[in-house]
Amino acid sequence: MKKVYKMKELDCANCAAKMERGISLIDGVKACNVNFIMQKLTLEIDDGADLSAVLAAVKAAVKRVDSDTEIIGL
Amino acid sequence: MSKNKRKLIRTIVGLVIFASATVAFNLTPLKSFTFHKWELGDYRLYVYLAPYLAAYVTVGYDVIFKAVRNLFSGRLFDENFLMTVATVGAIALCDFPEAVAVMLFYQVGELFQSYAVGKSRKSISELMDICPETACVIRDGEEQTVSPDEVAVGEILVVRAGDRIPVDCTVVLGKGSVDASSLTGESVPRSFAEGDELLSGCINLSSAVRVRADKEFYDSTASRILDLVENASAKKARTESFITRFARYYTPCVVFTALALAVIPPLFNGQWAVWIKRALSFLVVSCPCALVISVPLSFFGGIGGASRRGILVKGGGGIESLSKARTFVFDKTGTLTHGAFKVTAVFPEDRREEILTLAAIAETGSRHPIAQSILRAAPSVCSEGYGISEIAGKGVEASGFGDLILVGTRGLLEERGVTVPDVENKKSAVYLAKNGSFIGVICIEDTVKGAARETIGTLKKSGCYTVMLTGDTPDVAREVAIAVGVDEWRAGMLPQDKVVAVEEIKSTRSREGGLCFVGDGINDAPVLAMADVGVSMGGIGSDAAIEASDVVLMNDDISSVVRARRIASKTMRIVRQNVVFALGVKLAVLVLSAFGLANMWIAVFADVGVAVIAILNAMRTLVIGNKA
Repeated sequence: MKKVYKMKELDCANCAAKMERGISLIDGVKACNVNFIMQKLTLEIDDGADLSAVLAAVKAAVKRVDSDTEIIGL
Repeated sequence: MSKNKRKLIRTIVGLVIFASATVAFNLTPLKSFTFHKWELGDYRLYVYLAPYLAAYVTVGYDVIFKAVRNLFSGRLFDENFLMTVATVGAIALCDFPEAVAVMLFYQVGELFQSYAVGKSRKSISELMDICPETACVIRDGEEQTVSPDEVAVGEILVVRAGDRIPVDCTVVLGKGSVDASSLTGESVPRSFAEGDELLSGCINLSSAVRVRADKEFYDSTASRILDLVENASAKKARTESFITRFARYYTPCVVFTALALAVIPPLFNGQWAVWIKRALSFLVVSCPCALVISVPLSFFGGIGGASRRGILVKGGGGIESLSKARTFVFDKTGTLTHGAFKVTAVFPEDRREEILTLAAIAETGSRHPIAQSILRAAPSVCSEGYGISEIAGKGVEASGFGDLILVGTRGLLEERGVTVPDVENKKSAVYLAKNGSFIGVICIEDTVKGAARETIGTLKKSGCYTVMLTGDTPDVAREVAIAVGVDEWRAGMLPQDKVVAVEEIKSTRSREGGLCFVGDGINDAPVLAMADVGVSMGGIGSDAAIEASDVVLMNDDISSVVRARRIASKTMRIVRQNVVFALGVKLAVLVLSAFGLANMWIAVFADVGVAVIAILNAMRTLVIGNKA
């Protein structure tokens, strides 16, 4: 399943790279792209995965890098 | 108030405090005192410290706050943390003005950076602003304004003058013309009439028309283009992956070197203050941000600029491999030639009607350009009751009502045991047999595209090797090859032969650079996928072709290949400039500060100044498309 979220207050490109790395390590995330320029998070989640658990982990991974960054709708 | 505005105000306030304190101290007797260590008994120290500390906190409290938080969660390679360590270190060494100045510079740089990124973000999104925000749909006899993704297939929409078409649709009422330039890069308006199909993203130049939605929003051309370009970053260029990997190791390396620098030399000479100061400069340049921003931004700008010219490039990977391609292999039909065949003769002429009818029965439903030309020339036929099967690259076979019709190449007929008489023919020819006996030949002609010769010429002039592949006969191929001037041509190739040929050319010419295959996307998806860069021409018709290709040309203009290559090379040049510039400056500053030749001021410039300059340089990619 593919999901796209807009992000807010994603201020530094290096942070975006760190977030991308962090998110792609989460169980159930097949692929992930944090687009710093478009401020967009694209997630590809494994079909059998527990969606809410994955999304919570994604949110935590983003907050761990920069707590000001928000994922809109998550 | 936005975060940046607050930051700006704080920075200005801090700057005012900093400047007035510096001026004031220079005018008062305090001027003669510079502190080299914390003389806690001396009241003048506090007078001196107070305004600087106030400025420092005003400017940098958010950085300090984040640093403390990151310290507690164990993230020591965080930019904020390292900046705080550097400036607090400077304060500890009694370099109050320096600490404030570094923090000030840093914040100003951050502001510039976020302004520049915001600006480029805006220009890129303007470039890609091909999806309208709303659609006007007729429901229950009334016009309603809805979001385009709520439009269902089959609904009737109103597109007013100047509006962008929200979804792919068919005109049901009205006629006029549309501006398709944001899709194809062609500025000549396209006229349309009732029954014509319109692509989403075009602008209606005439008065309001009514259209019927053919596709849902997400499946329409405009959203597909946008999706292709925006999500292209998944296909990263090697340079991009290198930068990401580099960034991962750069910060820890610099920090550990700083630590070593602060501890090891003083153990021998005891000059702790000198070496710690040098180490602090290291921390200031420890963020790889300039690189991490500017490289993807350059690629993105190049992709955006190309898309304005109707050239869709999938990711930095596409740009990179296109710029490296030195061998260009073209499919003939539909690429170098118009692919719009015309039946020019039928032999024997007196059986024209019968021959065309039989061929049309067999070719019904085929999308192959040759089949289309026969269908256009033939009277309308009914193929119901016939079983039709395609013989890839050779022809078709139709059986029904006790008849077996065979339409295709001379080879196909001979293979099936049909005796084919010699026919004097230089043109593409389709041979026809019924129930095992030869009936006749249909001669077909195609014309070479006007820009083909110039395109091949430009490629050859820039040192590229050009090859033409075709399924046609050697006679036809030679004629076209001479007309366009390719270095090499191969004829009589079936789709699977093309794969083998491209593989062979790729391996023999790999030392020169990559191989680019240009095709019209019909039947050549395997070749597109196998080439280092696959370029498919003529819009986003076939999904398989888009999937397989790295570059999609939205228009039929062959010279777009040269334009795409030029955009790719220029983008790569800017990428390389940024990499060399950012790495070079940082490395130079690291070396200079290790030897005590650079201070923190220079270091902070190397950090944020370089980032800003690199971003501005990256922005140049946006305008490449206009010039190329």
